[in-house]
Amino acid sequence: MIDFGFAPMEVSVHNMDTADLSLAHWINLHDETFNHCIACGSCAATCTAGQFTNFSFREVCHAIRRGEIKSAIDESEKCMLCGKCTLVCPRNVNTRNIIMLIRKANLTFRP
Amino acid sequence: MKKVAVIGGGVTGLEAASQLAQMGYTVTVFEKNSAAGGHVSKWDRLFPNRRHSIEVVNELKSYLNGNPAIYLSTAINKVTKKDNRFQLEAYNQVFEADAVLIATGFELFPAERKEEYGYGIYDNVITSAELEGMFKENGYPVKRNGDKPKRLAFIHCVGSRDEKVKRPYCSKVCCVTAVKQAIEVKEAIPEAEIFCLYMDLRMFGPGYEDLYKEAQQKGINFIRGRLSEASELEGSRVLIKTEDTLSSKPLKMSVDMVVLMVGMSPAQGTDELIAALGLQPNKDGFVEITDYHLNPVKTKVDGVFAAGACTGPNNITDSINAARSAAVEIHKYLNNK
Repeated sequence: MIDFGFAPMEVSVHNMDTADLSLAHWINLHDETFNHCIACGSCAATCTAGQFTNFSFREVCHAIRRGEIKSAIDESEKCMLCGKCTLVCPRNVNTRNIIMLIRKANLTFRP
Repeated sequence: MKKVAVIGGGVTGLEAASQLAQMGYTVTVFEKNSAAGGHVSKWDRLFPNRRHSIEVVNELKSYLNGNPAIYLSTAINKVTKKDNRFQLEAYNQVFEADAVLIATGFELFPAERKEEYGYGIYDNVITSAELEGMFKENGYPVKRNGDKPKRLAFIHCVGSRDEKVKRPYCSKVCCVTAVKQAIEVKEAIPEAEIFCLYMDLRMFGPGYEDLYKEAQQKGINFIRGRLSEASELEGSRVLIKTEDTLSSKPLKMSVDMVVLMVGMSPAQGTDELIAALGLQPNKDGFVEITDYHLNPVKTKVDGVFAAGACTGPNNITDSINAARSAAVEIHKYLNNK
């Protein structure tokens, strides 16, 4: 078949009917503060890694809640574990522990 | 003995009537419906502590011991003022009073006006008020076919913060009501997946933020985005679409049931009632009060006061406070007359 160079576009819609929320449930099982996030962005604003890359802890958590496991795991590698986000979080989300859990989950959940 | 007429027998009217009667006035409450208690009597449980609303309503009704007296099924059609006296007309009867308190409350936003949400068209799109009715009746929500829903979405701001339906204001109580109801559904149907579609969560009152955190802990999912449209799928499921504004992507999902958090609209009939006194509604359609900071129950007509949700969206606490405030203002007015 002749390749005309066209392909269907990837759909860029969160479909919550098919989203894989296994990682979200697993993290919450190990650290219930994962669910306490109010998306204020304090963590990302203070983030050392975020000054040099587009890393955002808030976005990583959000991606997990929408089933985007692979990108969340990849992103989590950018964290330098300095812990400033834990200090500023107004909801006492155990941010560093959650990063460690995501890295640990890499082995089990990576699609 | 000076007479006070209270128009409306909801929480505001009953509380104000009780306070005024204790001050020694002869008080009559006029309620257009066949029972007192207003919207609160149709609710199952109240935020933030999930107290049964019947407790609150029964306490308020217990004050009706002759003074204050109540006329049920009595809609006041017209109020006129003559020489500092008021005449209230209901069908063929005329009542006299020295001061009038308007406590006509609110109406729920008619959800069918947001046609794109499918209320009244699809089987399993209901309002928050109907969900309360289900809690009262069964203790859990039921789909049209009698089954328990396993996946539900609560849609915030239906008939609030929406200029398309002339409701540009926030109705204040729907955010915390959605969170309360989400928790109640989760408790009644533990396996249910629940989503709240919100724009902001306006958790302004004591205990409200705690309720939000409790909902998060119970696994309620919060999606920041306003429902754009709903469509019906096979098996009377509902497909809903929004933007997940925290990731700037469209989002869709199918649910068994959609609960529309209907806001507070001005009560029909209040306009005509106040027009005869020379009062006009404010820009949102509620009764205009003269000083929002220092005298939130006074209208521009001497002897006419307004309290509760007829002046704008209120929770019960605000309404009780306004009712007591009105009682004091009416007392001051009648003493200086």
